Amino acid sequence: MKRKSLIALALASLVAMSVQAQVKVGIITGATGPGASLGIPYKNTFTVLPKTLGGEAVQYIIMDDGTDPTNAVKHARKLISEDKVDLIIGSSSVPAATSITDIASELKTPQIALSPVGPAASKNPWVFTIPQPAAIMMGAVADHMKVNNVKNVAYIGFSDAWGDLVLNGLKSHSDAAGIKIVAEERYGRNDTSVAGQILKILSTNPDAVVVGGSGTPGALPHVTLAERGYKGKVYHNHGVINKDFLRVGGKNIEGGFAPTGPVMVAEQLPDSNPTKKASLEFTKAYEGAFGAGTRNAFAAYSYDAYLLANSAVAEAAKKAKAGTPEFRQALRDALERTKNVNGTHAVYNMTTTDHAGVDSRARVLVVIENGDWKLVK
Amino acid sequence: MIRSNYLYVFFAAFIAIAPVFFPESVITIVNYAGLFGLVSIGLILLTGIGGMTSFGQAAFVGVGAYTSAYLCTVSQWSPWIALLVGVAIAVLIALILGSLTLKLAGHYLPLSTIAWGLSLYYLAGNLQFLGGHSGISAVPSISFFGIAIDSGRSFTYFVWVSVGIALWLSSNLLNSREGRAIRCLKGGRTMAAAMGVNVPLVKLKVFVLASVLAAVSGWMYVHFQRFVNPTPFGLNYGIEYLFMTVLGGAGFLPGAILGSGIITALREWLVEYLPALVGQNGNYETVVLAVLIIFILHRAPDGLWPLLVKLLKIQETSKFSEANVSTDVLLERKNANHSSGESLLVLEHVSKRFGGLLAVNDVSFKVKAGEILGLIGPNGAGKSTTFNLLSGVNPASTGKVTFLGQDITNLQSYQVAKLGMSRTFQHVQLLPNLTVLENVAIGAYLRCDAGYLKSMLHLERDEESRIISESIRMLKRVGLDKQAYTLAGNLSLGDQRILEIARALCSDPVLLLLDEPAAGLRLKEKEELAKLLQQLRKEGMGVLLVEHDMDFVMGLVDRIVVMEFGEKIAEGLPEEIQNNPVVLEAYLGSVD
Amino acid sequence: MDLTIAALLTQDGVITGAVYALLAMGIVLVFSVTRVIFVPQGDYVAYAALTMAALQAGKTPGVIWLLLILSGMASLMELSSLIRTKSTSKIPKAMGLYLGIPVLLAGATYALASTALPLFFQAVLTLTLVSCMGPLLYRVAYRPVASASVLVLLIISVAVHLAITGLGLILFGAEGSRTTPYSDARFSLGPLQITGQSICVLLATGLAIVALYFFFTHSIRGKALQATAVNRVGSQLMGIRSNEAGSLAFLLSAMIGALSGLLIAPITTIFYDTGFLIGLKGFVAAIVGGLFSYPLAAAGALLVGLMESFSSFWASAFKEVFVFTLILPVLLWRSLRTHHSEEDEE
Repeated sequence: MKRKSLIALALASLVAMSVQAQVKVGIITGATGPGASLGIPYKNTFTVLPKTLGGEAVQYIIMDDGTDPTNAVKHARKLISEDKVDLIIGSSSVPAATSITDIASELKTPQIALSPVGPAASKNPWVFTIPQPAAIMMGAVADHMKVNNVKNVAYIGFSDAWGDLVLNGLKSHSDAAGIKIVAEERYGRNDTSVAGQILKILSTNPDAVVVGGSGTPGALPHVTLAERGYKGKVYHNHGVINKDFLRVGGKNIEGGFAPTGPVMVAEQLPDSNPTKKASLEFTKAYEGAFGAGTRNAFAAYSYDAYLLANSAVAEAAKKAKAGTPEFRQALRDALERTKNVNGTHAVYNMTTTDHAGVDSRARVLVVIENGDWKLVK
Repeated sequence: MIRSNYLYVFFAAFIAIAPVFFPESVITIVNYAGLFGLVSIGLILLTGIGGMTSFGQAAFVGVGAYTSAYLCTVSQWSPWIALLVGVAIAVLIALILGSLTLKLAGHYLPLSTIAWGLSLYYLAGNLQFLGGHSGISAVPSISFFGIAIDSGRSFTYFVWVSVGIALWLSSNLLNSREGRAIRCLKGGRTMAAAMGVNVPLVKLKVFVLASVLAAVSGWMYVHFQRFVNPTPFGLNYGIEYLFMTVLGGAGFLPGAILGSGIITALREWLVEYLPALVGQNGNYETVVLAVLIIFILHRAPDGLWPLLVKLLKIQETSKFSEANVSTDVLLERKNANHSSGESLLVLEHVSKRFGGLLAVNDVSFKVKAGEILGLIGPNGAGKSTTFNLLSGVNPASTGKVTFLGQDITNLQSYQVAKLGMSRTFQHVQLLPNLTVLENVAIGAYLRCDAGYLKSMLHLERDEESRIISESIRMLKRVGLDKQAYTLAGNLSLGDQRILEIARALCSDPVLLLLDEPAAGLRLKEKEELAKLLQQLRKEGMGVLLVEHDMDFVMGLVDRIVVMEFGEKIAEGLPEEIQNNPVVLEAYLGSVD
Repeated sequence: MDLTIAALLTQDGVITGAVYALLAMGIVLVFSVTRVIFVPQGDYVAYAALTMAALQAGKTPGVIWLLLILSGMASLMELSSLIRTKSTSKIPKAMGLYLGIPVLLAGATYALASTALPLFFQAVLTLTLVSCMGPLLYRVAYRPVASASVLVLLIISVAVHLAITGLGLILFGAEGSRTTPYSDARFSLGPLQITGQSICVLLATGLAIVALYFFFTHSIRGKALQATAVNRVGSQLMGIRSNEAGSLAFLLSAMIGALSGLLIAPITTIFYDTGFLIGLKGFVAAIVGGLFSYPLAAAGALLVGLMESFSSFWASAFKEVFVFTLILPVLLWRSLRTHHSEEDEE
């Protein structure tokens, strides 16, 4: 095909990837922009994966969308139409991941989303989602609140899609758990102060506060609450699970709860837990490259995407050759037939109507104790 | 030497064949360059030529996009109807915002564009019916006479035909009477008002035009992307559009395409190739792009298009080439003749106060038709201030000014011009980057009426050629016709002052105000000017002349008014004034 | 809303407003001398805060790499321009400034980073490192086009901001940091808890406003600096060295930015991209002051800070909408009060 200039070809061959790569996977994450603190760990996993996928040689093409859906769509089109990838994994932020779904179905290429997608998109037959639905995660929070007699709950979350998601997840359980949401506040990722919002929350006298932030900015409301002497329970969500969050929150966030996939407390799980093996494998591979204690929920989602793709490619390769439309169709079908894949976050079982494929084994509740995550039994 | 038309044709051909031959990545670049280019065209008009820096165009893109996304997904309307609705909403918002904020001067305006741009962005993200932050997906694609425009390649034609139309319309507009008015917005506002241009209205119209272009771009974007959320409409993109405009060349329409093309292409190539060069440890694309932009702007502060013009020696086909101009078509005369001796302008006890300073104090005099009145006095006497309050630039604090029987004391500059007064300026005010002929043509603004629509559709050609021939006639009168196609900025100062007179004459005034017209003229030129003024007097025009050159004044004027320290100290015939002791004292000082 | 809450919100608004005021000072300062609308002013804050955090964690702050790169570029540019104008005698001094100082600083920081320096020295080192960025940025990005239009200079500022922020992500990572407070003192004033840290912020801001106001309106040096912006050639004819003026302005604004960063870092978490939004609010305040008046800019900053605090209480989801919509009437009022001549604009 009439292609890029010779320089480009030379560059491409310089890249230490197998020129004979058979299966091509396109990775799109937001490694720059507002979502960088999540996008970077999502991306990092793909640099420590083995060179084969499902028994075939694999080439990972990693692109950055800057947390911008326009770029995500651009990259998706290019990856599918020009690089002829068999699978798209991404993106790391809700709007970007959602924007790719239409391209996936238009160009008939399976997508494993690294972030929850909007409600319409989750019905898309070509799209599979790794991160647990917010309803399941906040269900752990709701259960804990019910057991601890929490009646009034205040919410403070990001002014973005993630904040919406966590709130809706909480709301889906509020009736069953008998809790009333007495305040709904929002803040910006880059805000330097949430004093006003916290004051408003404190004036409603809640038994507990749920924080819908992600990454290190998720610590700000909790720190402010502590500074103002709040004594009630504080619950976070599954988007804050990394070491830096603990560092930034420091003493002020001791005692905070959060739902997460079992991977973060793998060592504290019993050996019978189905996710333990994959979690330890992942931790070894990731921390080996990036340092002790760097494990985080996001990189683990990427690892689960790898595991899912691994088993699906193995199945699809039997039916068709990589790089063909038939392969992509077969891959999609194989993904839909995923049974009992033990990931780091969950055990995945996909069906035609459920493309998230996780159940309550996909979550545990952890508490912050002495600057680390401790499993709440 | 390349004719610019050839360049445009070549580019159009490239776009036409691109979808057939080039790979997807190039098509993507071409498509987004087109989308962003549409917005940039609006910015060129608004910022580059109109001088109003706007960071908020992205918000209008959002208006077009969200309107269509919502109407097409929730209400199942046709995208084409949604386009009309989106544009209508954008126009409405632009009218409201424009009338509130365009009167902000200097740096306040760009900040206000940031302010409302951000407000609209955050509003969109928080309104649940617009999908909140997650946005609206599954937006249908556009159908054009049955052909679905849903692939990158079909979209190329759709976008670029629109860009072509936008460029053609804008180019026509800029080369018309209203276009000249727009060009005055940057550095010639007072002059434009004196020529009859309603400057605030022109600003508003340009602002609305830019918002329409942005809204159309948004509409196309959402039907191509099939998904919308607030991200593309925030400040980052607002800044990006401005980047593209300035990089390409803010003062030139081709700059919009050049800027959007280069930045879109650079972004794509950097994202694709840079990681291979520097590894996956960090994302350097934005940094490299930023450094490149700085590097380019260092070498080409006016943008890339002027640089390209210089390098490739591109020659713009002149709109007014000598062959096209005929001098036998006549432009209607506007103002009826007035009988000699009739009072044209009457000042009664006029004063002007600036804070504690009384610049003009209780001045009264008249100017009659068919007479030349000289207004003289030492420096600081208040002559220019008097001029300004007569012509509506800076209205009087007290007193009454009557022109042709109408009270014009508090009228604005352009309203006074409409009644038949025209003027020149003490500090020359012209558009240096336009030709002498085009500058003079500005004077004819009030004598014709082709509006935006007619101008954009190139339907005012007949009127335009009349304007041109009238302008040439004026230039012949003042002796500048040989320089008609020189850039006005290249004239000598003396010639520039003569140009201003030609421009003022081009408005067919009843009363002509000349502010130090002889300054900087050589003896011969002064003689020609005097002859011209005498001719105008014979034709029944009234002339009010401020001058310092006594020889010039004394031999020319019919009557003189002398001012000192803001007051009228003498009035009469030249001989009387020359011997008036009060006047002599004012100029030369007294003996004791 | 009762009085207690109003008091608490006011306190919060005043502190935030003080930081915005410092940023506004820096922006007004740079504009009044060089006509550059310095968008990256907020990025100094982020860099200083993150550098301080790195020093406190015993790590080498990434800013030294930026300094070295800038220093290299500036030295090359200065060298080639001095050679071209045949002023080779000036080369040693120029190299000392553009190459020597930054390299020495970077080296010293590299050597000292792992030792536990006292808090004061860490702060001084941070201040010095970030202040160096100012003149280097001026030399590399602005001096070559110092007489360009305000719009072009603004675009260059935006590009500089993008470059600095992008590098910030690479040098400091995506996660934020807080630093240890300088004082743990806490006073109670009725329902209000006043920390020693916030007093530092207010004091520093107050001092800065007063100092800058007097420097620019009442000292010859200050007026000379401002002359450069009004008429570059004219002031050069009067013996005012415009390049030095520009460098000095950038140095001062970088110091102010670094100071803001040091002051705010213990109060809140700073990220590599925090600078943009707070810089924007500082810019809003600077515009309220017409880009020339320090007291008015400070007043504008206070207004923005208070509006932010109170709107985040009343309707936190729409906080930004309120702040940016309510600023419009203020702008209108300021614009009508200021007399504008055609020559102001280009």
